[in-house]
Amino acid sequence: MPKLINKNTVITNPWTVMKASTGPEILQVVPGKNFIVPLQFWKLYQEELNEYDGNIAVWLDSDENPEQISDELHSLPLIALNFPVFSDGRSYTNARELRQKYAFKGEIRAIGDVLRDQLYYMAQCGFDTFEIRHDQEAELCLQAFNDFETGYQSTVAEPVPLFRRR
Amino acid sequence: MYRYDGYDHQMLADRVAQFRDQTNRYIDGKLSEIEFLPLRLQNGLYVQRLAPMLRIAVPYGMLSSTQLRKLAYIANHYDKGYAHFTTRQNIQYNWPALVDVPDLLADLAEVEMHAIQTSGNCIRNTTTDQFAGAAPDELEDSRAYCEIIRQWSSFHPEFAYLPRKFKIAVCGTVDDQAATQVHDIGIYIVKGDNDEIGFRILVGGGLGRTPVIGKEIFDFVEKKHLLTALEAILRVYNREGRRDNKYKARIKILVKETGVEEFKNKVTKEWALIKDSSLTLTDEEIDRCQKFFDAPNYQELSNTPTQLTDKLQSNILFAAWHSQNVKPHKVTGYSIVTVCFKETGVAPGDVTDRQLEQIADLSDEYSFGEIRISHKQNIVMADVRQDQLFELWKALESGAMASNNLGLLTDLICCPGGDFCALANAKSIPIAEAIQRKFDDHEELTNIGEMNLNISGCMNACGHHHVGNIGILGVDKKGEEYYQVSLGGSSKNNASLGKIIGPSFAQEEIPDVVETIVGVYKEKRIGEEKFIDTYNRIGIDPFKEKVYAKAD
Ligand code: HEM
Ligand code: SF4
Repeated sequence: MPKLINKNTVITNPWTVMKASTGPEILQVVPGKNFIVPLQFWKLYQEELNEYDGNIAVWLDSDENPEQISDELHSLPLIALNFPVFSDGRSYTNARELRQKYAFKGEIRAIGDVLRDQLYYMAQCGFDTFEIRHDQEAELCLQAFNDFETGYQSTVAEPVPLFRRR
Repeated sequence: MYRYDGYDHQMLADRVAQFRDQTNRYIDGKLSEIEFLPLRLQNGLYVQRLAPMLRIAVPYGMLSSTQLRKLAYIANHYDKGYAHFTTRQNIQYNWPALVDVPDLLADLAEVEMHAIQTSGNCIRNTTTDQFAGAAPDELEDSRAYCEIIRQWSSFHPEFAYLPRKFKIAVCGTVDDQAATQVHDIGIYIVKGDNDEIGFRILVGGGLGRTPVIGKEIFDFVEKKHLLTALEAILRVYNREGRRDNKYKARIKILVKETGVEEFKNKVTKEWALIKDSSLTLTDEEIDRCQKFFDAPNYQELSNTPTQLTDKLQSNILFAAWHSQNVKPHKVTGYSIVTVCFKETGVAPGDVTDRQLEQIADLSDEYSFGEIRISHKQNIVMADVRQDQLFELWKALESGAMASNNLGLLTDLICCPGGDFCALANAKSIPIAEAIQRKFDDHEELTNIGEMNLNISGCMNACGHHHVGNIGILGVDKKGEEYYQVSLGGSSKNNASLGKIIGPSFAQEEIPDVVETIVGVYKEKRIGEEKFIDTYNRIGIDPFKEKVYAKAD
């Protein structure tokens, strides 16, 4: 089970991320789970998902974007955004857009290549929870949220830029 | 000059602590090479052929004498006694040890300096015209806007992992000395209707292997919308810029592949969402930043005082320096002085710790304790009293800093090349030196007149060869170092990319080739015509004929 943290502590992880290559049979084989399914899976198997007895959330890869689920996203409890590699910065923009353009109120989770040194920026862009890579130490990761006392920009976490606060 | 407040200091201290921790984890093996790479790059640290190279940010090129003294100390303490001015108004050190870098950064932080975002795939140091605030032809001082952009772009959480590096230049002078059009975003300060000052914005310029001149996407942006416009552009780029191929990842490729109109539509859509958000600039913030660049305490003086005119008549060396390196100032009785760091035999942009200290002292004495670095790797003292020019020149001369070749052929731009750089195809510093030796007669140089000669050791174009009037590019020809020559480039207002003249040349041929090119120009020019104007009139063929006729 991958380690999950929020900005304060290690938390239990009720969700399982479904791999991009998974087919719909899984829903029969593994009942009663809480799955975060890939966007394509979610689009293709709406019916099967409606009948499923566990909770369902969606994850977007870094080359997908919230516009693709803009009509339905408010019904989702959680949207996960993937970092295929930590140096792919697109999911930062997706998180910000979910919050600011679509006013998404549910949980936004970082999944994939999620490492200690990017966590502060992720939190600024609107991520709530972080499924950290297996080799990352949770204690070390939790310190990341204090890397900076404040920043200059208008962000999801601090919408008022410093020039309006100083 | 901008001064840090508690917030700026806190952020810098946080950053130094963060990087110290990252470096320690890397040294302890807890952070892999690949994961440490972007972190160290975002703190200016490259690993090069001989040692790490550390690039220090000099926001829009401005330095105080206090900062210069600290840079001298660092050159002496952590390096081999010298530093290097870059073509983006920054400073580099070639020899610091990795373990020393956190301490070095802490030293820099004491004087409000850092190496943040000087490399890596993020928004880099914003540059501007080195005469900002002093030029007679300026619409408005660009530095306040550069500072506003600096703050917005520093530690921007959304844009720290862009597809590729991102460079912004702002130009407020009529004569563009900032190479504005070859930046990812180029911003011109312009006058709109009712004389309102605002910004004209270009996107998608850049050098490197695919050189492109930026294209206009907004002809007039109100001041208050500056940051929202930039944020919208960056957002489209961050999402859509190519990440599959490093050589196609700059915004110039995205703009080209999308088409400027379509790109503009996308940006306009993003912009509409945030245009009147909290990111909209306030008058108070613009005022606050402008106050840092208020005019220094100028005296009431008159132009061309006798102290100056007497010396101009009596000392021909001073007169030669004056006519080349001293430019008019917007305030009566003052001049803008450029200290040219293109002494033959010294790598362009190299400066010793002793010279840094001397410049610090001279700027205290003659130019309100501030200097600027120019993108041509020289130093500007922007506010010198005309009646003190001679004293300043004497002092510069005694420090071997009175080169009088500013803007002339030997004031060339040159990248570190094969002597220092792991990516080089060929050496570039020895080429620069050979050309300088060939053209060692000042009278001949002034006769040739304004000329930009730019040299890069490979197609990454750090030496801006595409926009040199004469550009020289190191190429690899079956394992041998060869040089390709191009003509007609310019980074000024009528920016243009040079055209390759023909097959490349061996190293020892280059000085003669340059001489032949110059010869064609001298023969064909009409009146006071500059090289670039003659070239634009007659085209490349006459040059080609002569150059290759001679080679046969
Ligand atoms: C010695 C180590 C250096 C290395 C490895 C290096 C590497 C590179 C690379 C790979 C590029 C191309 C990036 C791209 O096209 O996306 C580039 C561009 C550039 N570099 Fe360097 N560089 C070095 C030193 C310098 C120095 C010393 C200067 C200034 C004197 C400099 C100034 C520039 C500039 C102005 C560009 C062009 C920016 C553009 O494409 O718009 N570089 N460098
Ligand atoms: S142009 Fe090429 S050789 Fe010169 S510094 Fe840049 S990467 Fe190195």
